[in-house]
Amino acid sequence: MINEAFIFDAIRSPRGKKKGGALNEVTPVDLVSKLMKTLARKHELDTSQVDDVVLGCVTPIGDQGANVAKTSAQFAGWDIDVPGMQINRFCASGLETVNMAAMKVRSGWEDLVVAGGVESMSRVPMGSDGGAMAFEPKVNSKTDFVTQGIGADLVATMEGFSRKDLDEYAAISQSRASTASKNGRFKSLIPIKDQNGLMILDKDEHIRPGITVDDLGALKPSFEIMGQMGFDAVALQKYSGVETINHVHTAGNASGIVDGAALVLVGTEEKGKELGLKPRARVVSAALVGMDPTIMLTGPGPATKKALKKAGMALSDIDLLEVNEAFAAVVLRFLKDMGKNDIDNVNVNGGSIAMGHPLGATGAMLLGTALDELETRDLSTGLITLCVGGGMGIATIIERV
Amino acid sequence: MGFDYQKDEQNIVTITMDMEGRSTNVINTEFHLLMSEALEKIQADKSVTGVVLTSGKKTFLAGGDLEMLYGFTDPQDVFNSSQLFKDKTRTMETLGVPVVAAINGAAIGGGFELTLACHHRIAIDSPKTKIGLPEVTLGLLPGGGGVARLPRVIGLEAAFPFLLEGKQVKPGAALKAGLIDNLASDRDDLMAKAKAWILANPESAQPWDQKGYKMPGGNPQHPKVAQMLAIAPAILKKKTQGNYPAPEAIMNAAVEGALVDIDTALRIETRYFIQLATGKVSKNMINAFWFQMNEITSGASRPKDIPPTDTQKLGVLGSGMMGHGIAYVSALSGIEVVMTDATQESADKGLAAIAKIMQKKVDKGRMAQEKMDTVLGQINATDDYSKLDGCDLIIEAVYEDRELKAKVTAVTESVMDPTGVFGSNTSTLPVTGLAERSSRPESFIGIHFFSPVDKMKLVEIIVGEKTSDDALAKAFDYVLKIHKIPIVVNDSRGFYTSRVFGTYPTEGMALLAEGHHPREIESAGMKAGMPVGPLALADEVSLGLMAHIRNQTRKDLEAEGKKIPESPFDPVIELMVEKEKRLGRAAGGGFYEYDEKHKHLWPGLREHFPPCENPIPQEEMIERMMFVQALDTVRCYEENVLTSIADANIGSIFGWGFAPFKGGTLQFINDYGVKAFADRSQELAAKYGDRFAPPQLLKDMAEKREYFN
Repeated sequence: MINEAFIFDAIRSPRGKKKGGALNEVTPVDLVSKLMKTLARKHELDTSQVDDVVLGCVTPIGDQGANVAKTSAQFAGWDIDVPGMQINRFCASGLETVNMAAMKVRSGWEDLVVAGGVESMSRVPMGSDGGAMAFEPKVNSKTDFVTQGIGADLVATMEGFSRKDLDEYAAISQSRASTASKNGRFKSLIPIKDQNGLMILDKDEHIRPGITVDDLGALKPSFEIMGQMGFDAVALQKYSGVETINHVHTAGNASGIVDGAALVLVGTEEKGKELGLKPRARVVSAALVGMDPTIMLTGPGPATKKALKKAGMALSDIDLLEVNEAFAAVVLRFLKDMGKNDIDNVNVNGGSIAMGHPLGATGAMLLGTALDELETRDLSTGLITLCVGGGMGIATIIERV
Repeated sequence: MGFDYQKDEQNIVTITMDMEGRSTNVINTEFHLLMSEALEKIQADKSVTGVVLTSGKKTFLAGGDLEMLYGFTDPQDVFNSSQLFKDKTRTMETLGVPVVAAINGAAIGGGFELTLACHHRIAIDSPKTKIGLPEVTLGLLPGGGGVARLPRVIGLEAAFPFLLEGKQVKPGAALKAGLIDNLASDRDDLMAKAKAWILANPESAQPWDQKGYKMPGGNPQHPKVAQMLAIAPAILKKKTQGNYPAPEAIMNAAVEGALVDIDTALRIETRYFIQLATGKVSKNMINAFWFQMNEITSGASRPKDIPPTDTQKLGVLGSGMMGHGIAYVSALSGIEVVMTDATQESADKGLAAIAKIMQKKVDKGRMAQEKMDTVLGQINATDDYSKLDGCDLIIEAVYEDRELKAKVTAVTESVMDPTGVFGSNTSTLPVTGLAERSSRPESFIGIHFFSPVDKMKLVEIIVGEKTSDDALAKAFDYVLKIHKIPIVVNDSRGFYTSRVFGTYPTEGMALLAEGHHPREIESAGMKAGMPVGPLALADEVSLGLMAHIRNQTRKDLEAEGKKIPESPFDPVIELMVEKEKRLGRAAGGGFYEYDEKHKHLWPGLREHFPPCENPIPQEEMIERMMFVQALDTVRCYEENVLTSIADANIGSIFGWGFAPFKGGTLQFINDYGVKAFADRSQELAAKYGDRFAPPQLLKDMAEKREYFN
């Protein structure tokens, strides 16, 4: 007897810009707490019934250190009976927590779990938590460390994606996001206000409405210099069939650095009935894969295939896809891997290129975005997938109920 | 007038703030217009090499308009108003030319905050030029950029005492602390130094607007600072019991502001400012410490048509603790004092006690030796009553015994200035009764000091049946002269302060008699905002004295054919005083046992007052302790013992430390909600007895939706 895992709600904060962004003044714990208070209020939730809070955070130090999940639950005034845990699967963290929540529920040992994530990149810069992969030379060397942008440029080079291909994709993301933002398609976006009820941010402010391919074409490649210094050499020594790496990724066709948080409420059907929670979707399957850390960003294809296999489904069964736009090449490579040549049902409301990628939260945000749009279009099935720095991939399939 | 704008031969602009029709410059709409104009003029003139900002008033700048702020209820309005000032200061500090604050007079609150937005601060070295940020004392925070900027100038840890405690300092200390950069001897020196600095520093920008800026001492993530921060909230909580939102908000704003850029820091400061300004505590504290305090010191309770009086020669009868305290504070304010006692030896002892107080100050460098000598020289300690001749004010501070008081009154009245006023420092004996033994009852008045006299600011003036307006005016003016706070009440048993304050320890005793844990009772008292727990207070005041007063009252009422109503604390007093002979701290022990350094609750309490089965929650204990004080104050007001709401509130805070964050005993009721308070009193009365019954006045006010103001 499997206890199906149902998603009762998925909410998120808007994403704040890094420089001069509106969420820079909001501490991470405060940001999560605001969402927690909203979630509890919205569902008249008896928080003592929450078995665990699992939040993703990729740079869990300083303001977001010391188990930001448990701290936020306490600060939000949730019942003292609520435990919490912070996890780190890099960019996949936000989705990983949903998968973990589903597993906890399906195991029969927990009935109600809050998943999600938070990342305040303007306050706690990416990489400021150190780590051996980059900063311990013997580890760096053995694992052929390169920065993610190099991996992205390598993918683009090997697949023959031109700068124009990437910028065109980026412009579409921006356009879709801009339209969706204006038309209120992000139903689960919770405006962030201060302690006095004054508005701090009520929309994703990283979006550049009206930006053109030409505008994007004017930007300089971000990873050329560090590539030439040595990272390209490391990559080319491994991918010996490649002559040179084309540095085609820029700030405009890669994900934005932003602040944001998201929560997803997952539980059993019974628990839902007991607490008056109406399920919006069911978690159908989840999958993880690993791959070469140097190219690192090709995980979405394999992870998606694995998840589909677990679910006994085909790609054609999926109505909407959210493929994290860590870099434009990631999405284009995914399409190729899956034998798809259109983006009609992929990232239909834009993605991280336009709105930003708050590392620990993005996975949960993409799930909420997919769910909102499935409901709006009255469609059934969604698949969310992300690449992961360092060489992993994750995918989750959800189905409306 | 307005802002005077002068440019000199070196193209230095001097802005002299001199707002029309007021004695001080203040931050209001007019100020913003004047400041905008001046800044625009400077921005349009590319030849300007620097700016000196000074004032044409005695003080530099008074700060924000409290009346305007007090009236705000919409957070957006407070936001707009705050940001307006901040935008101007940001413009000023990013002009690209050096801006020097030439501080000619007191720069407190907003006034000092304006100078923090200048690149250099010089002050005239005068004791009148006070510098500081006292907003916390009104339940607010330095919302003119002080929270964002002061840590950026001197570091977080160094800034905390000024931000969290509202510490004010003289220029020398301000320089030492880094609040200002230089001192000047007079206005000319001030202006010369300001201009010299401008010429020597042509390209000025604030440190925080420059590349590579690091906060002095480190920002919150610096290990040393982080260590301090981890314990700082606890240190605060120990002091505030969580009752004062302002210091907490200041700490939050300062730390959060230290992690972001200056503009974001200023905005964070504004948000916390709004939180405080629209909250109850600041309203309570501004009401008490600003509006009502001003009302009192400007003579609202003083008879209107009596011309100002000036006490020249004071006679203090009795050189005991109260007597010599009164003599001391009076001599300190320049009044000639004759202090008498039964024997020369006793009188000398009193004088020695005064000398001891001052010697301590001299040793600590807080008082000059010359001052001490002068003060001592003004006091004539003697057993010779004839030395009281010519005294235009007498304060009798002998033992609380009618006959003794009557005796010294008669002797004194025969030698003092016949047009003078006779005051009694009685704390409980009705003044009208004492006045009956005076030859001039119209000149007889109660002037009730609090112990210790040199520290307690309140003086309760008690008007007897026959006391004249002249006598009242004399007493009132005297209290202001000695820099204390006068409240005026009409005669009755216990007057206002002794009567009402007593309800607090007695309620604690009632709780004890009901079987509540004595520690929970004391903890409730502290959480309520009182300076000490009710049982500790009873020990300080002396259970013996409380028993004595109770017996006296019983006797007096019986003499009038009345019976004293029974009280739940009677068995407690009886047990402690009659049976166990535990009379209080001075007598070696009471509810507490005392040793060299500590006190702890007497273990016998749980034995004699066995634990009850269903203890009430702390909130209810707190309610009971505060409601009894508020209700008895209402009764005083209803009975016309009190005729002023300001006197009631200020009297409670300064007389016995009633929770300042509630704004006083009557403001407590406003804060609770008059109707809600009346309803709750009814409930408490049903449960615990008549002392909680809402007086008719309160019930009427609840119905008419009136407040105590």
